Amino acid sequence: MALILNEEQQMLKTSAKEFLKERAPVEALRKLRDERSETGFDRQMWNEMAEMGWACLTISESYGGLDFGYVGLGQILEETGRTLTASPLISNVLLGTTAINLAASNTQKEALLPIIAEGKMLVTLALDESTRHNPIQINTTASKEGDSYVLNGKKVMVLDGHVTDKFVVAAKTENGVSLFLVDAKSDGISIQRVIMMDSRNSATVQFENVKISASSLLGEEGQGAATIEKILDIARIGLSAEMVGSMTEAFERTVAYLKERKQFGVPIGSFQALQHRAAQMFCEIELCKSLVLKSLQAIDANEENLPILASMTKAKVSETLQLVSNEGVQMFGGIGMTDDEEIGFFLKRARVAQQTFGDANYHIDRFAKLSGY
Amino acid sequence: MTTTTEMPTPIETFRMEVRNWLEANCPTSMRQPIKSEKDLYWGGRNGTFANEDQKAWFEAMYEKGWIVPHWPKEYGGGGLGKEENKIVLQEMARLGCRKPITSFGIWMLGPALLKFGSEEQKRHYLPEITAGKIRWCQGYSEPNAGSDLASLATSAVDMGDHYVVNGQKVWTSYADNADWIFCLVRTNKEAKHGGISFLLIDMATQGVSTSPIKLISGKSPFCETFFDNVKVPKENLVGELNRGWTIAKYLLTHEREMIGGIGETDVKKPLHQVAIESLGTENGTLNDPILRPDIARWSIDKMAYDITIKRTMDEVKAGQSLGAASSFFKYYGTELNKAKYELMLAMGGYNGAAWEGEEFNYGQLARQFCRTKGNSIEGGTSEVQLNIVAKRILGLPSK
Ligand SMILES: Cc1cc2nc3c(=O)[nH]c(=O)nc-3n(C[C@H](O)[C@H](O)[C@H](O)COP(=O)(O)OP(=O)(O)OC[C@H]3O[C@@H](n4cnc5c(N)ncnc54)[C@H](O)[C@@H]3O)c2cc1C
Repeated sequence: MALILNEEQQMLKTSAKEFLKERAPVEALRKLRDERSETGFDRQMWNEMAEMGWACLTISESYGGLDFGYVGLGQILEETGRTLTASPLISNVLLGTTAINLAASNTQKEALLPIIAEGKMLVTLALDESTRHNPIQINTTASKEGDSYVLNGKKVMVLDGHVTDKFVVAAKTENGVSLFLVDAKSDGISIQRVIMMDSRNSATVQFENVKISASSLLGEEGQGAATIEKILDIARIGLSAEMVGSMTEAFERTVAYLKERKQFGVPIGSFQALQHRAAQMFCEIELCKSLVLKSLQAIDANEENLPILASMTKAKVSETLQLVSNEGVQMFGGIGMTDDEEIGFFLKRARVAQQTFGDANYHIDRFAKLSGY
Repeated sequence: MTTTTEMPTPIETFRMEVRNWLEANCPTSMRQPIKSEKDLYWGGRNGTFANEDQKAWFEAMYEKGWIVPHWPKEYGGGGLGKEENKIVLQEMARLGCRKPITSFGIWMLGPALLKFGSEEQKRHYLPEITAGKIRWCQGYSEPNAGSDLASLATSAVDMGDHYVVNGQKVWTSYADNADWIFCLVRTNKEAKHGGISFLLIDMATQGVSTSPIKLISGKSPFCETFFDNVKVPKENLVGELNRGWTIAKYLLTHEREMIGGIGETDVKKPLHQVAIESLGTENGTLNDPILRPDIARWSIDKMAYDITIKRTMDEVKAGQSLGAASSFFKYYGTELNKAKYELMLAMGGYNGAAWEGEEFNYGQLARQFCRTKGNSIEGGTSEVQLNIVAKRILGLPSK
């Protein structure tokens, strides 16, 4: 398949860019932060996003979605990466919706997807339990009691967990790992909001004897592990698209500053020491763009090598975003250290996004394993 | 999109024909990876075939018109369209067919002549190239004109019906085996870039001499080339007088794409395969825990680079221009190749340290390693490519 966007995808990207520039520039994130917003994102803006169809791009038409695909969603995510827009796109669209798409029964889909498609229900994934991303390490249990299950355990880094309507919870059952759809208001759930370095939100969620009905099981009992990997691979690629947006924006801002700032009577961008570092970043960013587009296409085409592509992409994009965000602050000099200058917001988002769904080290190791060494 | 597929499309039929023809005509020994310089056929007045298979393969391809499949037939090519040309190259790569000839004429001079040459020049020089009759070399660099190529001094003085050339070129790859040289010469001392012309010179002319220079790899593939009152006919000028820099730049772009590996069709063993074979694995994990992530990182970069070449080519097809991107590819591709050999050497251990001896394949790995260091120098250094990316792509100012 040609590694270019088709006309519709290009149009979606352009309209996303215009909307975000207007409605959710970096100042908007600063405002949410400074006002200590309850939700951590702008609900009204999310409604507008949903009206434009952003909540339902990956939901099939039979459940009220647009069935537009992940290449399209990736373009929106890339644009939100440029503006550092906080929204439920990662938690709800990449994780929650994907989980339901992949694992839910038709009945469950009929009940959930049309509401999710309208942006009126938020679903997120409650998976990690350790200090670093480690989806195999699950101690949360779901023990069967008659017709229902009882959940016990603690989840960390549950994205937007403080405002979600439902959790997709990964828990150990008798014969493996299973996924459950759990109402956030259920008895026995306590949610601790965590404001992160990038001013976005996650939550630590405690499940204490939470009683859930058997009908909330997503997919077959004990068959959750493969689904989790697939959800994560899709999310890793989607997040990488956002990260490419952030690195492109941070880089463009840095290059603009190199042309504008003068020292020794000349623009600092005329110094070769800075030129070469900028040129090297340009090259790395080009590689990242290619990986992301290739991987997004692979999701839509349901390609078998998705795990390897996802790890390649998340590894390379994480390392490059680290480089570009560091160089951004360095090349802005003293002003780069101030809260007033926005380049620092990119640094903070970078580090959180790097850790999310596995950092470069995690994925380099996984890539090697998947390649047979 | 058609749903019924009983009838193959013309392009699929063509692919099958190519495949069958290659299967039938490419000798098995010509489908083995290149092991040494001897495996390459360079052609030229003194060119000899290493063996019967090499000869048969070249002649079959020549008769088929596939030495350069996409050049027009009247210039010795196969007259194939872009898509068909790609299919021939893909099918050759699939079978692992060697190139029937290695030739600077094909990948450097040819494109320049096609774009800037006169009709007579195209009809004269191009068929000689595809027939493997004339071997060309590139005379750009001089002792005092390397990265700053436009400061070159070798002069061509107009004597009415001919030019007289005086000066010295250096790092001229394979000059001692070449028949002709395409040169950048100074035809006007007053203008730097605007005083350079592109001249074709028969190296058998009186006054041309070469002297080999030994490389750190132990070989002497390049030379100093001297011009001492060399008479060159006026019709050997390509393009307009004093407009040679345009041609040089065009050619350098082409050269960079080639060195950067664009359009590379060689099938090589993946690096991690080499690692698994040389280091071994335990429970599916490479035995060297420190090299392992380095190899993985390199492999990711290499694949990402290849995907980027494809994306760029798709963009070119969709109407965007390649432009300075060739500098990015030249820089990145050559740095990757150097990094690969650093890893190969690290994996090779003492085997990579040996320079001689049959059991060490005569120091092949060490020698190749040394040679890769030239990748980021030849065709414009990495630093120069980064300068170009910074200025032309990023628009950063000069002092
Ligand atoms: C294997 C090999 C084959 C070759 N084959 C041919 C051939 O067939 N024909 C031919 O004409 N030439 C050939 N060359 C020559 C090649 O093009 C030159 O070596 C190259 O352009 C560099 O020039 P130089 O060697 O004079 O180095 P210099 O220009 O002296 O460079 C020395 C160092 O200074 C750096 N430098 C120079 N200018 C700048 C700058 N503006 N900014 C930052 N750093 C800078 C360089 O990057 C390099 O690191 C070949 C070279 C090699 C190694």
